[in-house]
Amino acid sequence: MNLLKLMQSLDLSKIDQEEFLKPALRRQLFKKAGDFSLKAALTSAPIATMAFPKIVKAQSSIVVETLNFALTLEYLEDEFYKMGLAASNLIPVEDRTIFMQIGKHETAHVNFLKTALGESAVAMPTFDFTAGGAFADAFSNYATFLALSQSFEDTGVRAYKGQAGNLLNDNDTLTAALQIHSVEARHASEVRRLRGKASNMAIKGWITNDESNGAPAAIYEGEDNTTHAGADISTLSTLSDISMAGKTESFDEPLTKEQVLAIVDPFIA
Amino acid sequence: MAFLENQNEEPGFISKRVHRRMFMKYAGAAAATSAFLVAGCKDDEEVDKGMPDAEVDLGSGDTGVLNYAYALEQLEAAFYTAVVAEASFTSIFNDEEQTVMRDLMAHEITHREFFKAALGTNAIPGLEVDFSSINFADKASVLGAAKTFEDLGVAAYNGAGKLLTDGNLLLAAGKIVSVEARHAAAIRDLIDPKSASFSGDDVVDANGFDKAMVPADVLSAAATYVKTKINASNLPTS
Repeated sequence: MNLLKLMQSLDLSKIDQEEFLKPALRRQLFKKAGDFSLKAALTSAPIATMAFPKIVKAQSSIVVETLNFALTLEYLEDEFYKMGLAASNLIPVEDRTIFMQIGKHETAHVNFLKTALGESAVAMPTFDFTAGGAFADAFSNYATFLALSQSFEDTGVRAYKGQAGNLLNDNDTLTAALQIHSVEARHASEVRRLRGKASNMAIKGWITNDESNGAPAAIYEGEDNTTHAGADISTLSTLSDISMAGKTESFDEPLTKEQVLAIVDPFIA
Repeated sequence: MAFLENQNEEPGFISKRVHRRMFMKYAGAAAATSAFLVAGCKDDEEVDKGMPDAEVDLGSGDTGVLNYAYALEQLEAAFYTAVVAEASFTSIFNDEEQTVMRDLMAHEITHREFFKAALGTNAIPGLEVDFSSINFADKASVLGAAKTFEDLGVAAYNGAGKLLTDGNLLLAAGKIVSVEARHAAAIRDLIDPKSASFSGDDVVDANGFDKAMVPADVLSAAATYVKTKINASNLPTS
C-alpha cells in the first residue's frame, strides 16, 4: 500500500471545520499576516468577509492534513514499541524503563492527535516492521530493534520540523507540535546513545554530518546542511575553531512530507 | 556583582577568572561591551558601587525573538566554555562525559554565532553572566546546571515558535530546539543512567508534551545566571 497515495486520498470534505477553528485563529491570522501579502489581500478585498471563509478553509485543511501525517507517524512508533515491549527476550531488562517511557509518550501522542482530529483522524495502517523481510529480525534481534528505533525517532524529529511552516498561522497547534517534536528528539538522543554503547559504534545523541550508522541513509539525507535561514555557518570566521562535525551536529534538518512517506512506506503492509 | 565579589577571597579565584576570560573570549561581544567588561575586571569595587548594569532591550518582532534566543545561547555557550575550562575538568568527568560537554560547548557556540550573524547590527551586546551558584569543580553541580539550562532552552524555544512570523526563522529555531532536546536527554541520562529521566515525567506531561514557556518565565528562571538586566517587554506575545 502506498502511504503517499493514502494521505493524498484523504477526504478533506469530511473535515469538521469547527474543530479546527479555534477561537484564536481568526485573530492570529490577521496578526500573523503582517509580513505577507495575505494581509493586503485580506484588507483590500472589496468584501473582506467573503474572502475570509475561503482562506480559513484552506488553513484548516492543511492543519488537518498535517496532523493526520503526524498521527500516521505516531501510530507507527506506538505500534513498534508495543510490539517490541511485548516480544520476549528482545529488550534487556535494564533497558525496558527507557522503552516503556518512550512507548508511553507515543501512545499519548496518538491519543492527543486522534482527539484533536476527531472524525477526521485517519485509521491506523497495518504495519510490517520487517519491511518485507529487510528487517526480518526486528523483534528478535535487539540490534535491529535499536536501529529501527533510532530510525523512527530521527525520522519523527525531521518530519515534525518539516511541517512547522504549515502551522505558522495556528499558534496553538504549532506549539503543540513543537512540544511533541522536542520529546521525539529526547527519545532520539537516548536511543542513539544506547545503540552506540550496545554496538560499539560511535553514535552520539546528535547527528554528525549525514552519518546514518547503518540505519537507512535516506533518513539522514541533507543533515550535513550548513545554511540556516539564509546564513551559511560553515564560512563564519567566528566559528573557525568548530569542526564541520560540530557545526552539522548543532542543527537538525527537516524532511518534506514526501521524503518521510518514502522512508516509512516500506513499513506499511 | 556576586560573580566578581568572590574573586578576592577564595581558591576559586583563579578558575573563576579563567571562566570569565573564556566567556569574554568566546562571547563575541560588541567592542563597547567588551570594554565595559574589561573595565569591570580591573576595578570590581568601583563598578560594584557606582555603575548600574546597563539594561539590554531585546527589541520587538522577529528581531526581538531572535535576540531572546541569542541571549539564551550566550548563556549556554558561556556555561559550557567555563565547564571545559575548569582545571579539574578531565579528572571529574569520564571520557564519555567530557565528549558530551565538549560537544555541547561547540553546539552552543555555533548557535550563538549563528544568531549573532543572523541579527547583524540588531544583535544585543554580549551579556554578563553570573555562575557563582555553580561549583565547576563538582560534577553534580555542573550536570545539574546543564540540565537546568537544556530543559529551559527546550521550553523557551517551544514557547517562542508561535512568536515568530517568518517561516524561515521558525524553521531555524526548529532546527536548534531539537538539538537542545537531544542535549537535555543526554545530560539527564548522565545524571540518572537508563532511567526514564531523559524524557522524564517532570518535563513531559500526560499528553507526551514537552514544556513550552513564555519569555518572561524563561528569563526569570535564567536571571540567577545573568548579571545583565534584560528587557523583554517589547517582545511579541502571540
